[in-house]
Order: sequence, then C-alpha cells, then structure tokens
Amino acid sequence: MHTSVAAHYSSASETDDRALASIFAAYTITATAWLLFATGVGILLAYKFGAPDFGRGAWLTFGRLRPIHTNATFYGWASIALVGMAYYVAARSSRTFLYSAKLGWIGLALFNLAALAGTIALDLGYNDGNLEYREWPWPIRLVFLAALVVTAWNLIGTVARRRTDDIYLSNWYTIGGVLWTCIIAVVAILPWYQYGLGQVSVSGYYMHNAVGMWFTPLALGIFYYALPKLLNRPIYSYALGVFAFWTNLVFYPVIGAHHFLFSPLPWWLQTTAIVFSVAMLVPVWGGSANFLLTMRGRVRDLAHSYPLMFILVGVIGYLVGSTQGTVEAFRSLQEVWHFTNFTIGHSHLTMYGFVTFAIWGGVYALLPLATGTEPGRAGLMLHFWMAVVGSFIYVISLSIGGTIQGLNWKSGAPFIQSVVDMQAYHVWRGVGGSLMFLSHVAFAWNVWRMTYGHAAKATPLAALPAADAA
Amino acid sequence: MNKLLLIAGGSTLVYAILALMMGVLPGILLSGTPPGPEVKPLTPLQAKGRAIYVANGCSYCHTQQVRPLPQDKIFGRPSAPGDFAYQTPELLGSERTGPDLTNIGMRQSSEVWQYIHLYNPRAVVPESVMPAFDWMFQVVDKAPAGVTAIALPRAFAPPDGVVIPTPDAQALLAYLLSLKQPALPGDAANAAGVSAVAMSGATSTADGGAAISVGAATPAADRYDAAKGQTLFTANCAACHQTTGEGLPGAFPPLQGNAAVNDPDATTHIRVVLYGLQGADVGGVVYSSPMPPFAETLGDADVAHIINYERSAWGNHGAPVTTQQVAAERAKGK
Repeated sequence: MHTSVAAHYSSASETDDRALASIFAAYTITATAWLLFATGVGILLAYKFGAPDFGRGAWLTFGRLRPIHTNATFYGWASIALVGMAYYVAARSSRTFLYSAKLGWIGLALFNLAALAGTIALDLGYNDGNLEYREWPWPIRLVFLAALVVTAWNLIGTVARRRTDDIYLSNWYTIGGVLWTCIIAVVAILPWYQYGLGQVSVSGYYMHNAVGMWFTPLALGIFYYALPKLLNRPIYSYALGVFAFWTNLVFYPVIGAHHFLFSPLPWWLQTTAIVFSVAMLVPVWGGSANFLLTMRGRVRDLAHSYPLMFILVGVIGYLVGSTQGTVEAFRSLQEVWHFTNFTIGHSHLTMYGFVTFAIWGGVYALLPLATGTEPGRAGLMLHFWMAVVGSFIYVISLSIGGTIQGLNWKSGAPFIQSVVDMQAYHVWRGVGGSLMFLSHVAFAWNVWRMTYGHAAKATPLAALPAADAA
Repeated sequence: MNKLLLIAGGSTLVYAILALMMGVLPGILLSGTPPGPEVKPLTPLQAKGRAIYVANGCSYCHTQQVRPLPQDKIFGRPSAPGDFAYQTPELLGSERTGPDLTNIGMRQSSEVWQYIHLYNPRAVVPESVMPAFDWMFQVVDKAPAGVTAIALPRAFAPPDGVVIPTPDAQALLAYLLSLKQPALPGDAANAAGVSAVAMSGATSTADGGAAISVGAATPAADRYDAAKGQTLFTANCAACHQTTGEGLPGAFPPLQGNAAVNDPDATTHIRVVLYGLQGADVGGVVYSSPMPPFAETLGDADVAHIINYERSAWGNHGAPVTTQQVAAERAKGK
C-alpha cells in the first residue's frame, strides 16, 4: 500500500502539483469575486446611513442587503478562500498530493452555488428568521453543509496519506474547524429545540461558534504554516500551539450566550458565558505570543515582505479583537456597548483585521509558490496600506461613535439624539469602508497577476523546499 | 492513522459534547418555556405582518428585548421569558440603530402615524435614517371605499392622486400594533406602587386643591426645568406634534396656538396627556388618529414638565401647572 502510493506520487507529481495549484487558484479567485461583491454591498449600506432615500425599493432596502453583506463575506469570501488554502497547506505540509482533485472542484461548486442561491434568496425576501449568519433558507444551508462534508473528507484523505510522521499543527486546526462546523450547521438547521426562548439560546450558541470554530481555526492554521515558511524558521513553540488548540476547543463553544446579556435567557447561562469569555484569553494570548515570538528579531524581514506585514496585522487583529471580545462580555461594559455600533466595529476588527488579513497574508505567501508567479510590489503596497488605514478609520470611528451612542441612552436623552450623534461617525465609517473596498480592487488585480496574468517569476523564496515549515 | 483519529475524531467528539451542552440542551429546556399570562399567539394577519418584518430585515436595526436597565425603561417593562412563547423565529435582535419595538403597539398606537412613518420616516421624524417603505404603498386617483388615504405632508405626497397601503403594509401595521407587553403578575404590585405614589402626592386633597389655584395664580412654577421639558417632549411627543409644535396638517393637531394648551384652566390639557384622546377637534378640524395615554409611562413630575414646556414654547402662553395638579388629575382616574 505504502509503496504503491509513493510510486504513484513520483510518477504523477507534476500533474498533481498543477491540479493542486489550479484548485488553490480557483478557490482564491471565486472568493475574491465574493469579496468585491460583498464589500460593494457594504459600501452601499454605509452610504444609506447618510442618504436613507438612496437606492429605494424592495431589492435595495437596507434590511435585505445587510444579511447579503454579512453572509457573502462569511460564506462567499472568507470560507472559500480559507478552504482553498487549507487544501494547499494539507497537501504541502504532508508532503503529499490532494486526496481527490475532483472532490475539491465539487466542493468549490457547492460553496459557490450556496452563496449565489443564498444571496438571491435574501434579496427576494426569503430570510430564515433574521437569525444572524444563518439567514439563508435551510435547503441552501444544506448545500453549504454538503460542501463542508466534501471538504472534510478530502482534507482527511489528504492528511491520511501524508509522508511525514507527524500531522502538522495547521492541519489540526483546519480539519478540526471543518468537522466542528459540520456539527454547527446541523445544530443550526434542526428545528425541534428552537422555539421561542429556546431558539434564542441556539442563536447565541450559533452566532459565536460559526465565527469562533470556523474562521478562527482555519485562519490560525494559515498562521502556523505561512509564518514559519516566510521566515524560514520553525514556530516558536509547537507545544504552545497544541495547548492553544485544545483550550480553544474547550472554552470557545461555551461563550455564545454573551450575545444575550440582560436578556430573558437564564442568568446562569449568561454568567457561564462571561466566565469562559475570560478563559478565552488563554488560547488567544498563548496563540498570539507564539506567533509574535516566531517573528522576534526579524523586523527587517517584516519591513521587506508584504505577506509578513499582512500576517503581522492579522496576528495583532486576533490579539486585540479577541481581547476586546472578552472585555465586551463584562456586564458593566455591556451596559454601554450592547446594541451600539461598537459591536459592528468589533466584528470588523475580528473578521477583517484578523481573518481577512490572515487570508491575504496566506494568499500572498503561498499562491506564488503554487502558481510560480508573483504580484507586483506596487499592487501589494496599495492593497496593504489602503486596507490597514481604511480598517483603522472604520473600527475607530464606530468604536467612538458606538460609545457615544451607549452613553447617550444612559443619559436619558431622547432616542433620536443617538441617531443624530452618530452622523459624523457614519461618514467616517464610509470613508474607511471606501478605502477598504479600493484595497480589494488592488487585491483582485494582484490575484489576477498571480494566476493568469503575466507577472514576474516567483522569487527564490518559492524555491525553498516545500516542507521546511513542517 | 491513529494520530489522525485522535486529533480529528477526538476533538470532534469533544466538540459534539459541548455543542450538545451549550446549544441543543439549553434549546430543549427553554423551548418549553410556558407563555406568560395574557401572552397570546398572533392572528393570521399579524403573523403575515411578522413574516414581512422578517423578509425585510427589520430586526437588524430594531431589537425586541427590554433589558432590566434604566436606559431601557422608555421601551417598557423588562422582557420576561414567557413573553417569547409564540415568537419563532425569535426577533430579539443585536442592534438598536432604531428604537426597541417590544411595546411599540402601546407606545405609538396611531395607525395614521405608523403608515406615514412607514411610507417615509422623514415625514414625521426628520432626523430618521430608516429606509422608506413606500414600495409597500400604492398611488391611486381616489381611495376605494373602506380604505383611508394616508394623510402625507405635502412635501412627501405624490404630485397627483392619493396614497393607500397595500395588503402587505396593512399586515405589517397589524403586526406592529400587536406588539404590546402584557402586564406581569408582579407588575400589579409595581402599578400599585405607582398609584400609591400618585396617591401620596395627592393625600391632602385640600393642599392639592390649594395648589391648583395657587399654581394658576403664580406664573413661575418654581421647579420647572425648560431643558428637561424639551427633552421629554422630544422623546415622547415630537414624533406626532413635531418639534415645531405645528403638528402635521390633517394627521396630528398643532399645539402652537392650541386652545386647550393656552387655556388658563389646565385640566383638559393634563387629562389629555394622562389618558389620551380619540377624535380630537382642534380649531374646527377633527383628527381621526388617537393620541396614546401617558399615565402608565410617565410620572407626575415628567408630565408637568412636558405640559409646562408646551405651554411656554412656540409663542404659547398657558399658565404653568404643578406636579400636584397632575397628581390630582391622576388620582381622579380616567
């Protein structure tokens, strides 16, 4: 068995390399299309805060476009991009080839089908209850679940035929993330325990697990692979990474109810969620320290490598965003920040500052290795700086504005005052959001150059043995 | 293979147990929460309205949960578990870009206001950033029998014809007006507490009576705070009567130059604020839209602040009232 696999590998490695590269490229390209679409919708939504009568009619109304924006960024952009990268990491870190290219293509088709059908359904008003991040009608969510199952099968099959003794840490996170998310999707769909207040508790569970047990582990998987590869040194502490894996697994699923503090959910459920929100500092600080210590003493390399800069921002986004999440879970602060724009700032700090920057760092680090072509430095520079500055403006303006909103309510001012006081911050959000969108156009151009465009040959970095990181 | 089984299988097993404990089991336990007293399922029309509310994502900006916090008091009593028995899908929401709607059927019961506001929120609240749902209405030459045209301000009305609600808008309105918090058994004690306070304010009826005549004679009610009066007016009254006090022609009566507001005897003014009004005749115009009562939501001092603001703003010159006068009217009952 073993020998036959090896023989197969040597004879077919050239073709398999190309199959892996084209799957990685295709996932990245469709994900990028979703990023452009979803953030284009985001710009329109931001604009509506200043001009609510702009873009009228049922199809362009705020309440239909808002879930389109969130679901398309979650399940169109981030999910597809992360899965494409997980395939590449699984095959390379296991020094093997993809279990099945065909399954990879089927998964890609299913992911895109779900995102497309979900978008159309939401715009037509088919919204499964305004339950955040599971608004797509359930049959469409079944398609997404099918894509997850296909992905899990393919990733496990790939790692099972690894030619290394150990399973590299990245694959723990990616395979775990895909398998856990299958469970999340099933829990979200089954109706029998989701009536009234029961559904509120499931919403709390779902909302946080869909981000914390899906995007977080897959993005961390990228860090653990791309960072050692870019720096050409092993991760600072493999054991700390393993420790963070298990603590993340045990603590994260328990914190969902902190989205419903002061709600009629049982007080013990809310308090348990707060306690574990604090416990989350263990995997978050452990993981972040591990990444930062891997980068220690390499400031010069950072400054010369945009992929590293993207990853550095992603690590800081992970550290700051997750710590902020813990702080927000305290009842005293929740009194001010709950229901305000502060939470929108938080969700962008995490899904953008952490997850999206991690994806970009991974794409720029790994896609050139797969395709053999690199993007131009000007494109990288434009992308990086517009994204960093834009998201900084975005998060800061909503954090300040949201705090003012919350204090307004506490002061007993008429509600409309909180709307009036947000106006300036809504404008700044639009400015930040526009820069972010422009950076995505630069990213799309860079992706084009790395896949189909005629760009420079990859730098010698690509020539490093693929499995050095592992 | 064993390592893979341990990592993938082991972690998935751990996760499955946690998902069961934190997702499914609380769901099972809480799905059986019995409805509170007076909590009723929706009628088919209201249920259709709720579906339209969901289809258009209203709950992305409007919560339906009142927290036991001071700043939430304006939206009603704190939500209780029994309130949500018939609410599937749940619409508690996570953002309050607009106000909480748990009790909107009680807080703003005017059909006319709700229709104008849905058609274009800026017709009644100029600072609003809510989308216009004018596509749920249609423009016709003449309203058919049994349907009332929406009394839109001229700036928002179509150049020709009149605006009437579609069946969707009617269903949505029915749902919004159904959002009323039923009283809790514990609330009876609270309500008693409120009326006890009201009573104590008027314990010595003789004093109260004296206060009325004194209040009418003394121009300056010593503790009237104009800024507070304006704040309370903006929060509770301006949606219909507008910050200009001019109301909306044909929909909501003006307070500027209003006879009851300028009447030296403030009894009518106080009673309208406390107990609401139906079919008001102001300056010879009859307004069909009912005014909601504020006796349940505002204390005597706040009602006095609002009334004194109305009596002194926009060129009005009604004699100020005292908290005792309001308490006396409250004690008399409806």
